[in-house]
Amino acid sequence: MIAVELRKMLVSRRTWVTILLIDALPTLVAILLAVTDLGPRPGTGPAFLSAVMTDGTLFPLAALAIVLPLFLPIAVALTAGDAIAGEGQAGTLRYVLVRPVGRTRLLVAKLAAVMAFVVVTVLVVAATAYVVGILLLGQEDLTTGTTSISGSTMSSRELVLRTLLALAYAMLCMLGVASIALFLSTMTDSPLGAAMGSLAILIASTLLLTLEAADPLKPYLLTRHWLAFVDLFRDPILWRDVVRGSVLQLVYVVVFLAAGWANFTTKDVTV
Amino acid sequence: MIRTQGLTKRFRHVLAVDALDLDVREGDVYGFLGANGSGKTTTVRMLLGLVLATSGTIEVLGRSMPRGAREVLPQVGSLVEGPAAYSHLSGRANLALFDAMGPSGPRATRAGRVDDALERVGLGGVDRRPVRAYSLGMRQRLGLALALLRQPRLLVLDEPTNGLDPQGIREVRDLLLELNAAGTTVFLSSHLLAEVGHLSTRVGVLDGGRMVVQEELAVLLQPTGRVVVTTPDPEAARALLDGRVDLVDGQRLFVRDGDPAELNARLVAGGVPVTALAEERRTLEDVVLEASRPGSDRWSRA
Repeated sequence: MIAVELRKMLVSRRTWVTILLIDALPTLVAILLAVTDLGPRPGTGPAFLSAVMTDGTLFPLAALAIVLPLFLPIAVALTAGDAIAGEGQAGTLRYVLVRPVGRTRLLVAKLAAVMAFVVVTVLVVAATAYVVGILLLGQEDLTTGTTSISGSTMSSRELVLRTLLALAYAMLCMLGVASIALFLSTMTDSPLGAAMGSLAILIASTLLLTLEAADPLKPYLLTRHWLAFVDLFRDPILWRDVVRGSVLQLVYVVVFLAAGWANFTTKDVTV
Repeated sequence: MIRTQGLTKRFRHVLAVDALDLDVREGDVYGFLGANGSGKTTTVRMLLGLVLATSGTIEVLGRSMPRGAREVLPQVGSLVEGPAAYSHLSGRANLALFDAMGPSGPRATRAGRVDDALERVGLGGVDRRPVRAYSLGMRQRLGLALALLRQPRLLVLDEPTNGLDPQGIREVRDLLLELNAAGTTVFLSSHLLAEVGHLSTRVGVLDGGRMVVQEELAVLLQPTGRVVVTTPDPEAARALLDGRVDLVDGQRLFVRDGDPAELNARLVAGGVPVTALAEERRTLEDVVLEASRPGSDRWSRA
């Protein structure tokens, strides 16, 4: 069933339009940087963007940092919110279930397809950004190594390793969003409702993080440690927030997937 | 093939299906009749494991549902409350996608299965246009093709001729009879009396969630024992038959315990012209209306 869901995801025009739109923003940023040559001062603006001005090969990282906090979670919320409720609205859910596809199996396949979507998106964004970065922003002499956020130099191998770690962390964060949206998708018959509900949670979390009065809540907010992946590029790596963030996301994933599963497997499918 | 006992479904405060004892035998074309809102679709959904029963038991193909879904459903083809498909894909791509879901035949023969199913429902020559561009009738045919994809032993069809033109209805009827002749049991849920009357061997009538009639169609429609005589001279006929006439309705007389042949001979001997003479039979409509209360979508003042 996972193969079927992957195929559905990959042949859907919506998937590629979404990826294209997500990809457009960092590309626009690269063009603006190249044309104006006005990079943000070190330590301000989106992560890595100041470093990009001297080394275009770092642009994939900067592109991901641009996309991760907002664009990608929105896309994940829409896709995962559509997973069950969308099939219900189209009427295909009943025909899928009587094939028969077990309800647990269907949920797992849907989640796998959403995560595959995230991987494809990240790969497309990174690849585009690499090409765009080299073409527009130029290449630093690779023998000197890359400068970490803390100012020391990193070897290319270390950079790749840290990038993979950061991607894994970002995937975990997206899994958190996907779990919530998938849960809501089993709760309602409206895909739009499920997506909007997930977005509301995202926005509320982001908003509360800026509010001092919400301090007691902050450690438990979904988006609390999302940007901690930047810490993976410090020297030495600052693990504290990454670990906290991972644990928090796992709790969200377990709770919402369990709730979604419990609801969907006992639900009357009347659509 | 299908047997339910005390099958009940309650949605919050609405009792949708009430202690239903359904009995569909192998080889039947079972007509499941009922007004809109009488619980037909809820019953169909429970049979297929989509809706979970509040109480009662369901047995399909000898196994308990929904527990036996993995063994039962691959042998069942179904059309539930209208067809549905992924609208951006072609009909062929849709069937291939559904064929890949759940337990199914080998991948190598998938294209063949899909073509066969499309051929059966008259979509064999369909092009690559997406289902979005299909007419209602084409969608209905595609839905039937999906139901036939695995050559099921049991077909559970909810309003299968919905949206088809008279030609299409005839085609579907012939197809179902052909499948039935080849051994497929057909469970046909419909509110169209004519459709069920033309196809069914057995009939169940649902009213307000309760089964009010379940019987062989031939038994339901057997002669009532009266003979209907049509004559331009009803008075003479009445005088001649003296006391055996139940009712005179214009030129038609309803005559009790008559053997049509004997009656005919007697009338002709008595010089009464007879234009028509037939055993009185109840229609399916009579049976259903007699057994049911006014439709549930009617909300008249008390």
